[in-house]
Amino acid sequence: MFNPKFIPLAVTCALFFVLFGIGAIQFDGFGSSRVFFNLLSDNAFLIIAAVGMTFVILSGGIDLSVGAVIALTGVICSVLISKYQWHPLVVFPVVLIGGTAFGAIMGAIIHYYKMQPFIVTLAGMFFARGLASVISEESIPIEHEFYNQVAEFGFMLPGDAWIGTSTIICLLVLFVAIIIAHYTRFGGRVYAVGGDANSAALMGIPLAQTTIRIYAISAFLATLAGIVYSFYTFSGYSLAAVGVELDAIAAVVIGGTLLTGGYGYMFGTLMGVLIMGVVQTYISFDGTLSSWWTKIVIGLLLFCFIALQQLLVRGKPR
Amino acid sequence: MNLTKNQNLRRYLWPCAGLLVLLIINAIIAPEFFHIEFKDGRFYGSLIDVLNRAAPVALLAIGMALVIATGGVDLSVGSIMAIAGAASAYYITKGVDNLAIIIGAGLLAGLIAGVINGLLVGYMSIQPIVATLILMVAGRGIAQLMNEGQIVTFDHAGFSFLGTGDFLGLPFPVVLVIITFIIVQLLTRRTALGLYIEAVGANPSASHYMGLNAKAIKMSVYCVAGLCAALAGMIAAADIKGSDANNAGLWLELDAILAVVIGGASLMGGRFSIFLAVIGALIIQTLTVTIILSGIPPKFNLLIKASAIIIVLLMQSPRFQQQLSQLNFWSKKKESNRV
Repeated sequence: MFNPKFIPLAVTCALFFVLFGIGAIQFDGFGSSRVFFNLLSDNAFLIIAAVGMTFVILSGGIDLSVGAVIALTGVICSVLISKYQWHPLVVFPVVLIGGTAFGAIMGAIIHYYKMQPFIVTLAGMFFARGLASVISEESIPIEHEFYNQVAEFGFMLPGDAWIGTSTIICLLVLFVAIIIAHYTRFGGRVYAVGGDANSAALMGIPLAQTTIRIYAISAFLATLAGIVYSFYTFSGYSLAAVGVELDAIAAVVIGGTLLTGGYGYMFGTLMGVLIMGVVQTYISFDGTLSSWWTKIVIGLLLFCFIALQQLLVRGKPR
Repeated sequence: MNLTKNQNLRRYLWPCAGLLVLLIINAIIAPEFFHIEFKDGRFYGSLIDVLNRAAPVALLAIGMALVIATGGVDLSVGSIMAIAGAASAYYITKGVDNLAIIIGAGLLAGLIAGVINGLLVGYMSIQPIVATLILMVAGRGIAQLMNEGQIVTFDHAGFSFLGTGDFLGLPFPVVLVIITFIIVQLLTRRTALGLYIEAVGANPSASHYMGLNAKAIKMSVYCVAGLCAALAGMIAAADIKGSDANNAGLWLELDAILAVVIGGASLMGGRFSIFLAVIGALIIQTLTVTIILSGIPPKFNLLIKASAIIIVLLMQSPRFQQQLSQLNFWSKKKESNRV
């Protein structure tokens, strides 16, 4: 017996395999484990940020500050490491705590002043980008022996597939997120708040605590994504990762999570990012298609999945 | 009756006072700020410059005010600007000289984008943030497709007039804002349309039972927003004599939303005033000038803007107002105790 609640997830997974299959048939070397694991390592930071976004969207909110937090993290890391000679192992906890606090403040403002998440996180985005450009308008390189070691750490799988630090971190984050979202009391609360905040409150769910934690988690993961992002670039730049929040939202939606909240799976978000990655890889393999087709295809995919959601929601007896 | 009149006054008071304070600050730190010169049949001066620079955001804000009044939001206006600029540039580079066709192409592009948004929001009842996100993401791709991935430059005296010309001594973008403002104001205040828009935003179910066609009303506001964005996009393209699909109107949707919010509109929908939205756009531009004039490095721009949003939002929040008045109440109580 197939549970109808898995339909969007199944569609997402099927779409990924179809796209990957088309690429594999058309191009030599596309259907290899190397290309697959490159999808993971190239998009690791996006997966981490999108996992945080999934928590927020499951609760019926939205977090537009993700990209800005990634950029701010990179800038702070590079300044502390290159200018003040801090050890990266000291820097990481500091930025992670700072990022979490930033998210918690946004969550508190959203809950206590009953403001729309959209506008509060928009202000948060301005704030984080503004702070990043105040710290430094130029790109700062990160030079530290330990940093290079961490970024280059990894091992080969058969078939030339490389698993690096970023892939390991992103899979770990995904694993923990799946457990939190689907098997803990907090996860249940997130779904309840997204389903109907009023009923959730009447059921005795602590709304304030839940909302603040959700945005704190999202900002924590965005900060972590910023650290992983700096593993690719070895620098911090205030204009880095522009628009990543939109990619993350798109990935969550393509992953089958309902934008009104209360329904969706963490695993779907992984597939959402991978689908966007496959589209990008396909276009770069093809060579004749221009890169701006990526945006158009992602826009179309977004539309199809939202339309599918509407059909499913309407089909449900209320 | 008296009460509503009072409320109305208060609604207009804060944004206008804010603009006035900013202008006075500017005048204090730079006395030449209010100096306006008339040269070669055209006014010159910092004030005129503020008006001219604020024109694209003001146009976007006019459309955005209507959309927000229905309880929606349009994130795609920046991308629509890029599409409209690209559409006009496409015809110019194809050798079309007829200004009506060139401008018509831009406006048509904006209208089509508005219809798509309207269909998604009104007829498919998709959340506005998400529905317009689709065009926000895909729109720049479409614009780039029109430009074939390049920054298309052109030379067309008639079209450039949109961005750099002047009329009755005023820069032409400013004139366009005034014309658009008058048309939209007449459309919404001299007909019942404005009332309908507010009704749909303030209480969707009540307006439904009243027999209002919410779908058509939502469709119409997204179309107006699309047309306003197209006009802004053509001004931006005419100004630089080129169409840059990546950067035209980038992040301006956020400025437009900010302008409407500064103008005192609630993001939940309901009452709107396009006059206040334009004032909001002027406040944003004046603030930018204030930052430059006061010698603060421009890199602080975003930080100050972020603080401004938070303060404006807090002032609007009933909870915060309550907390403030409680503070007052306590201090008054203490005073009375002392007495």
